[in-house]
Order: sequence, then structure tokens, then C-alpha cells
Amino acid sequence: MRVAPMTSTTSIPAPSAPTGGAAPPPALTQLDVLESEAVHIFREVAGELERPVLLFSGGKDSIVMLHLARKAFWPAPVPFPVMHVDTGHNFPEVIAYRDDVVARLRLRLVVASVQDAIDEGRVRELPGGSRNPLQTIPLLDAITTHRFDAVFGGGRRDEEKARAKERVFSLRDAHGQWDPRRQRPELWDLYNGRHSPGEHVRVFPLSNWTELDVWRYIEREQIELPPIYYAHERDVFSRDGMWLAAGDWGGPRPDEPVARRTVRYRTVGDMSCTGAVDSTARTVADVILEVAASRLTERGATRADDRASEAAMEDRKREGYF
Amino acid sequence: MGTQTAHPTAPGTPGAHHERDLLRLATAGSVDDGKSTLIGRLLYDTKSVLADQLAAVERASQARGGDAVDLALLTDGLRAEREQGITIDVAYRYFSTATRAFVLADTPGHVQYTRNMVTGASTAELAIVLVDARHGVVQQTRRHAALAALLRVPHVVLAVNKMDLVDYSQEAFTAIAEEFSAYAAQLGVTAVRAIPVSALAGDNVVERSPRMPWHTGPTLLEHLEQVPVHRDAAAEPFRFPVQYVIRPRTAEHPDYRGYAGRISSGSVRVGDEVATVPGGGRSRVAGIDTFDGPLAEAHAPRSVTLRLEDDVDVARGDMLVAAHPETTVGTDLAGTVCWLAQAPGAPGARVLVRTGTRTVRGVLQEVGPLLDVDTLRLEPASGPLALNAIARVRLHLAEPVLLDEFADHRRTGTFLLIDPLDGATLAAGMVGRSPLAGSLEAVGRCREQ
Repeated sequence: MRVAPMTSTTSIPAPSAPTGGAAPPPALTQLDVLESEAVHIFREVAGELERPVLLFSGGKDSIVMLHLARKAFWPAPVPFPVMHVDTGHNFPEVIAYRDDVVARLRLRLVVASVQDAIDEGRVRELPGGSRNPLQTIPLLDAITTHRFDAVFGGGRRDEEKARAKERVFSLRDAHGQWDPRRQRPELWDLYNGRHSPGEHVRVFPLSNWTELDVWRYIEREQIELPPIYYAHERDVFSRDGMWLAAGDWGGPRPDEPVARRTVRYRTVGDMSCTGAVDSTARTVADVILEVAASRLTERGATRADDRASEAAMEDRKREGYF
Repeated sequence: MGTQTAHPTAPGTPGAHHERDLLRLATAGSVDDGKSTLIGRLLYDTKSVLADQLAAVERASQARGGDAVDLALLTDGLRAEREQGITIDVAYRYFSTATRAFVLADTPGHVQYTRNMVTGASTAELAIVLVDARHGVVQQTRRHAALAALLRVPHVVLAVNKMDLVDYSQEAFTAIAEEFSAYAAQLGVTAVRAIPVSALAGDNVVERSPRMPWHTGPTLLEHLEQVPVHRDAAAEPFRFPVQYVIRPRTAEHPDYRGYAGRISSGSVRVGDEVATVPGGGRSRVAGIDTFDGPLAEAHAPRSVTLRLEDDVDVARGDMLVAAHPETTVGTDLAGTVCWLAQAPGAPGARVLVRTGTRTVRGVLQEVGPLLDVDTLRLEPASGPLALNAIARVRLHLAEPVLLDEFADHRRTGTFLLIDPLDGATLAAGMVGRSPLAGSLEAVGRCREQ
């Protein structure tokens, strides 16, 4: 992902670096502090827990997480596998990106397949075709099968109201359920990942990042993303006020006319419920300007399943969704 | 990267390159003081509220029959809270200006206030204590000030809210500010800034109020932007809890051995002599490594990987510290705890003690006296510690740990007590003589007279 040396903030001091009494090193910027905090979280999990796994969707948050995990353990490789919860309704560009990263970094990839779960009768397809809510069961099954005890997720507290109270280390019971009243207070930087057999912790290294922080970090670190994050031409149709991509997953219906538009995606997810937005932002800098000026949060703009009710996220978190 | 991926960064593109720093802060106050409205105002006026969130709040405000948008609804997170109209846990909010980003720990004033405020204040560099201008300094205000002092939050802001309801009276404000400052000074808190605001009307939160021309100090947001956030690394001793030993054992790095961690306090340079705690070994720093290249010097709170010149025995749980001055290491830990669990804490209880990256077994030998945050007096313990109790304790540990006094070491002088059976976090602790007990007792006596 990282293609060129970073030049902006982590400068390598010259051999004649100042000695005692001279100017102190430059103060850490907000992104430096957030990066160091996330690296600390990765190392805490690797030091305290037995079998971590990193949820990797090919979305920008999971890509930034993986970048931070590489930084945390360099020059050693990332010491845990990545897991993709695969709805079967994927953007081909994202799958290509995933496979390329896995091969290049020699990662172990675990795929938790919604299609397999449907085929095996563990979950049933929903009317309307959205598979986002169906991810919970394959995810929990994979956690059980592989006995993962720590699951890194890219969730951020700024995304949604129910996430504002999420811990960095979030305890889940054997059913993956989140009980807001059972969450442990987190003080200083003393994270407590202890759990009973069968339980696990969800860990959110990007808890204190905002969407804009993620984009500014992508720019600073020159991290590559799947091309669907940038403006491109695509056949789309309108549903629930969003542009959905025409594709194999089942859309559009006959009464939904398809048009070719210049769009980009703000999140990556199941094709059936991840909407594109009209955009001409073709570079990271364009996207940052667009996000900074944006009047819609990324979940509100592009995730159909969050609109069902004001408490939608809270309900799904209780059920063991990310 | 393969041909499938885009790399659209144009070198030298402008925009969003102003370097911000980060301030962590906590708010304390009750719903009645208008805390949610104040936070809503900070978010709203810094344009941190986006259109769909605002639309949801407008719909909810109308559904309740309100005519104006209720900014407090921006911060009420969980459904149980919205239904009951209370906040039940610490919530984190994010807003930013051109020069600084803010992480705000929003702690409720009523329910389990001690546990929540202690949690929120633990990482805060600044605490906003909110009072209602009509009521002035009340019991809860003193309680919040005491907890901020106990957690050694470096900066305290007194936000005197609802100034619109006292006709923007300078006299009312000054009296409250003076009473609070005198009280805070007795707690050892000298960096107090009092600001008259109306969160509802927006006076002096972000925008300067034309209705209070007598206030010549900063608005709340101006003050939040000006408070220094950078600790003086040179003045603090170096502390580095080892999180993880990096040993790649790859063809490229067959013999690499690095100690990964985040600098808790102070700074470190290549060539510095360091000691290992609790082992007592000594070595010098051979290299400070990062993914982005080696550093000659690094300071808190940066995450780095250190290599040492000698082959000393260092593992997770150890701490690398400045070789001078000497540190205190031991198995008898005296400190102050805030009990965070429903399960009581009784003398004789077996616990796990977590400090830095080290976890050791221990026994809770002595419990008490208790600090009463309402009367500010120390009371003898009459039984096991209950949820929200603040008490002096003595622990005996199975293995030695670094005993940094919290009064001098706000990062490393901390510990958790953990239930060895179910892993629950039982208590948050601060090592050493209680930084407050003496002065609090004195304050309590003064108030009796």
C-alpha cells in the first residue's frame, strides 16, 4: 500500500541533530498521535491475546487498519490473519484489491462466506436482497471455528450515535452480543482484554479517528485504495434516494431506469445496499475537499440499512454486528 | 501495487495540509446544567454536525412537540437514554477547528457520576465543569472539581451557563467564578479559567457575545484552542512499557530484536543509558526504529521500537526507564482507588494488578479510609468497597512492579484491579500518597467551620 517514503511529518533527523539544550523535536501532530495510539492498540492485542484476526473488507478503514498493523510490527510481518466477510455481492475492483494485498504482504486470508452460509442453510436470504444483515452469522461462525479471541474492526466513534459509547476493547459474549451495561470502563491506556472461554473482544484501533482524519492519513501515507473510491463512470439506478450499481446481485427492477453517471463510493460494502454519490473527486486531495465540505455523514449518505430506524445500529450491535 | 488499483495522489496538491494538534477534554455536569446543549452547541457551531444528523434531530424535536431544534438530542446516544431522558455512560465526541482537533469525553452528571467522570478524566488534559448561573457553585460542582483534581487533569474550565437567565449579570458571574477558583485552589488546581456562556443562545461558546461586553477573556472554543497540549518531555523522566518483542527471524532480519512500545513520558535518544524494571539490568539505546525510518530521538506519546546495545532479558511487562534518577520498585503498593464494579471490594480479596504492560497477582490487604467527595472528608471504611467508592488501599503483590507516584507520573503511576475469575475491571488506582487526601481533609474541616 505504501508506495513512497513519507516526507511530511516523520522526518529522519540529520546526523547533526541538536544535542542537549537545543530545540526539542517537533511536536506530534494530531495524525501522529492517532497513529501512535492505533499502533499501541495493535501491540497490546498481540501481547495479551492468543488468536487475533483483522476484519478486512477492502474498504478504506480496513486498509488504513492494515497499514497501521504493518507499522506496529515492522520489520516483522503482521502476526495475525485477515478475515473478509464476503456477502457474495462484491465490487470486482475490491476483490482484486484484496487478493493483491494478501499476496503482496503474504497474509493469511480467512473468508467468511454469506453465500456458503445460505447454501448450508445457516442463514436465509432476505426479501429485497440486502445481505448486510446476513453477515453476522458467518462472522460469528468463523470466529468460533477459528477460535479467534480478538477481532480488529475499523469502526469509528464518529460514525454513528450508538458507536460514540463503544470501547476500544469491546467485550462480546459467546453469541457475539454487545451489552452496553457490561462494557468495562477504559482508563488511561490500560486496556483490559480478559475474557472467558468462548467470549472474544472486538478491538477498534480507529476509535478516535473521524472520516476526515482517515482521508488525511491516506493522503499523508500515500495509501492506495480500490478505484471505486474515486470518481468514475458507472451504470446506476436510484433507490431510496441513493445511486445503486446495476449488477448481478438483483438490481435494478424493471421500473428502475438505469443511467450512466460520474460517481464515487464513500464506503465499500454489499453492492445491494451501498450507494454511490455524484462526485467529480478523482484524487485524494479532491476527496478531502469534498468530505470537508460534505453535508452528509458517510453512513447516512450511503448505507440503506442504517435508515430503517433511529436505533438501527444499536439493535444490530446487540446482535453481534461489527 | 497491481494495475487494478488507483493511485490518484497528485504530488503537492493543496488543501487540508495545515497541521493540527490534538486536545483531549472531559465535560462534567448534569442534564439540568445544560451540558448536552453546550456540547451540541460546540458541535453545531464548529460545523461538526452534518446534515443528516441535524435532520434526524429536527424530526425528533418536532415529534416531542418542541418548536426549536433541541441541540441536546445530538449527543443522546442509546435508545434507553432517549426514552428516559438521561445519559448513562461516557460518550466520545469529535470536533475540530483549523488549528486543533478535539476528543471530548462526555460524562453524565447524575448516574454513576464517579465511575464515569473518573473514566473520562483519566485521559483528559482539560476538564469543563459546568454550573447553572442561577444556582452557582453547588455540591455537584465541588464534587466534579474534586474528581478533576484527584485525576490531576492539568486544566480546568468553569463554564457558567445560562447567563441569559441572570440577565447576563457580571456580578453574578464574578461571584461564582471567585468562589469556584478559591475552592479549586484549595484542591491544588490553579489553572482555572471561568467563562460566562449561554449554550442555548450561543453566547461565548464559539461566537463572542455582544450581550456580555464586560467579558474580555476568550470564548470557550478560543480557550480550548489556546490551552497548551504539549507536555514538556525534557522535564519528565523517560518511561517505556514494553508491549511486545519484535523478532522477525526472516532472511532479511535474522537477528533483529526490538522492544515495541509507546513512550509514556519523557524522551529517549540513541545512546541513552536505560534501566530495565523490575529486572534492574542496564544498557544503552542502540536504535530507535519505526516503519518510516530510524529516529535519533523520540518523545511521548510516540510509538516506536527500541533496540538495545546489550543482550539483556526484556519481555512484555517490563519497563525501560531513564537510568537516572533511580526508580522505586516493590511489592507493597499503597494508593488510592476508585471502585468501578458492582461486586464489592473486601479486604483479603485476591485480584490481578495491571500497571503499564505488567499484570501480577495481588491481595487487597487494607481498605480505607474512604474519601467522601461531597463532604471532602476521609471516613473510616465500614465494610467492603462499593461501586463509586474512592478509598486508600494497600496491596501486597506476588511480584515487584515499578512504583511511580501518581502525583509526579500521571501516566505510569496508574493501575487497574481486575477480577481474576471473570476478568472484569474492578477499580482504577493511583499509586502513592493520595495527592489530595491531606488537602481535601483540610478543605473539609474549613467548610465545617
